Amino acid sequence: MKKLSARRRHPLAALVVLLFALVATGGLYAALAPAPKAQADDSAQSLAITQGKKLYSVGCASCHGQSGQGSSDGPSLVGVGSAAVDFQVGTGRMPAQQPGAQIPKKKNIYTQPQIDLLAAYIASLGPGPAAPTKDQYSPAGADAAKGGELFRTNCSQCHNFVGKGGALTDGKFAPSLKGVDPKHVYEAMQTGPQNMPSFPDSTMPQDAKADIIAYLHEVDSANSPNPGGFTLGTIGPVSEGLFAWVFGLGTLIAIAVWMAARTAKAKKS
Amino acid sequence: MSDEFGSHKDVSENLPSAHGAHSGDAVQHDPFANPGLPPHEYRRQDIDEKAAKHSERVVAGLFTLSMLGTIAFIACFVIFPVDKIVYIFPFGHVSALNFSLGLTLAVALLGIGVGAVHWARTLMSDEEIVDERHRADADDELRENIRQQWITGARESGFGRRKLIRTTMYGAMALVPLAGVVLLRDLGPLPEDKLFHTLWAKGKVLINSNTNKPLRPEDVVVGSLTFAQPEGLQESDEDFQQQIAKAALMIVRLKPEDIKDKREAQWGHEGIVAFSKICTHVGCPISLYEQQTHHVLCPCHQSTFDLSDGARVIFGPAGHPLPQLRISVNGDGNLVALGDFAVPVGPAFWERS
Repeated sequence: MKKLSARRRHPLAALVVLLFALVATGGLYAALAPAPKAQADDSAQSLAITQGKKLYSVGCASCHGQSGQGSSDGPSLVGVGSAAVDFQVGTGRMPAQQPGAQIPKKKNIYTQPQIDLLAAYIASLGPGPAAPTKDQYSPAGADAAKGGELFRTNCSQCHNFVGKGGALTDGKFAPSLKGVDPKHVYEAMQTGPQNMPSFPDSTMPQDAKADIIAYLHEVDSANSPNPGGFTLGTIGPVSEGLFAWVFGLGTLIAIAVWMAARTAKAKKS
Repeated sequence: MSDEFGSHKDVSENLPSAHGAHSGDAVQHDPFANPGLPPHEYRRQDIDEKAAKHSERVVAGLFTLSMLGTIAFIACFVIFPVDKIVYIFPFGHVSALNFSLGLTLAVALLGIGVGAVHWARTLMSDEEIVDERHRADADDELRENIRQQWITGARESGFGRRKLIRTTMYGAMALVPLAGVVLLRDLGPLPEDKLFHTLWAKGKVLINSNTNKPLRPEDVVVGSLTFAQPEGLQESDEDFQQQIAKAALMIVRLKPEDIKDKREAQWGHEGIVAFSKICTHVGCPISLYEQQTHHVLCPCHQSTFDLSDGARVIFGPAGHPLPQLRISVNGDGNLVALGDFAVPVGPAFWERS
């Protein structure tokens, strides 16, 4: 001990102490650090995230930033959840072709497994609504009449009373809901894409969403019965009025002209 | 049609000689002379019995078609169940009953109408006849006669002489319409101050219209849109429609830093703001909410309100911002109103200050 204390002012003493400290810290860390057990359980998940990030870097990063933080060209994706990714990419709205008043629906270029990888990566950035499972959005067993009531309260102001869509301000519009995958309808309500407000589960529960989907299925599919006949686009008084004025009055005028027209006369030729 | 009956030459000898034709000389002497009727022209049916027979058959055929239409109408009514849906191009999936009833009734009615018109056009007489109007006023003798009767009547009644009778009669006749005017009061209850008040009051809980459960602030996320009604209002209530038409509420949550209007932020709760759903122009329900711009648009006349700036009118015919409801949180953690709207909801009216 005496020998050691005698050398405590040696120029290399500090270095030796530092070396000991480093070895001790490293050794302690190696012994006490949490084993990577939890990570091992999630290896499939982390693999999906890694692969999703690769897809993200190719298709999305130019607007939404290298790590989803957003840029002047696209909003932050932190906390939007996998439901938003599944909707935006699944309907072809993302990746966007060009900026504009509203990004329209177009042909989807990703396969569903690829979308799931992307969604896994975005979901890992922050907590957000998760993509629904089939039993959540399936219209089977849901109450279409209740759904109609909910649709007219919450949705019809923009999407029209049977989901035909309508115009908003500055070139924005509420799209038609005809033929939209029930899953995407559900996700749109959950996440509120673009200018659509969201209808989260806290204010519109899951079964209410399923009811709305059942209502749309009832009124807006290719086989929806329409007891009244010609729908004229089901967009209300404008097309109905136009039809009545042009064709209804037109027919009446044609009949009036026929009634008063000169009949064929017999003339000496 | 005439081709079916052979050429014109076959029947033209049946034409009566032309009459009523005016000479060209008259026009030269007096350019404003009444030219009279043009010479009557005969139809094929007038001179050709075969053509007339054909027209008769067409008219009878149309009437028969109408009869068949009526019978088909009754048959369709009996045959088709009310919920049967069939596909008919280009109408789509339509009710078989509605479609067939409409079609057969159209045939039944049009058969009568078209038949009658065709009958009148081809077979009934189409000879032009002038029926001169008589003078509008009566002749002088009759007018003098009636004037004398009037004067005699006035003298015999003593109307001019007995002033008391005349004055009281004027009074009675002037007052009698008041009875009718007073009855107008019974047309309905007076509006009183109903337009100034809604069901909202201090401490009333905001009920989510979707779930009929109280709204909690944590339920309302940024960018969402929720509709609320006052607690205690039931759809089965007698005056539900009148009450909800004034009390309907639109709840949105903005990021507090996005709210430009200081009072709006104070009247809300942590960025949750509650506005009347009734447009201040003519009272349409208004809720076309764009969550990125915070604009709300009225579907009737495109009035646009900025919900981040005290629901200021930024476009359209509306004259007032949407009224905001002051809200807070009660002891149970539910959103509650802190009173009624400060200003009347809906369109402006005379007494609105």
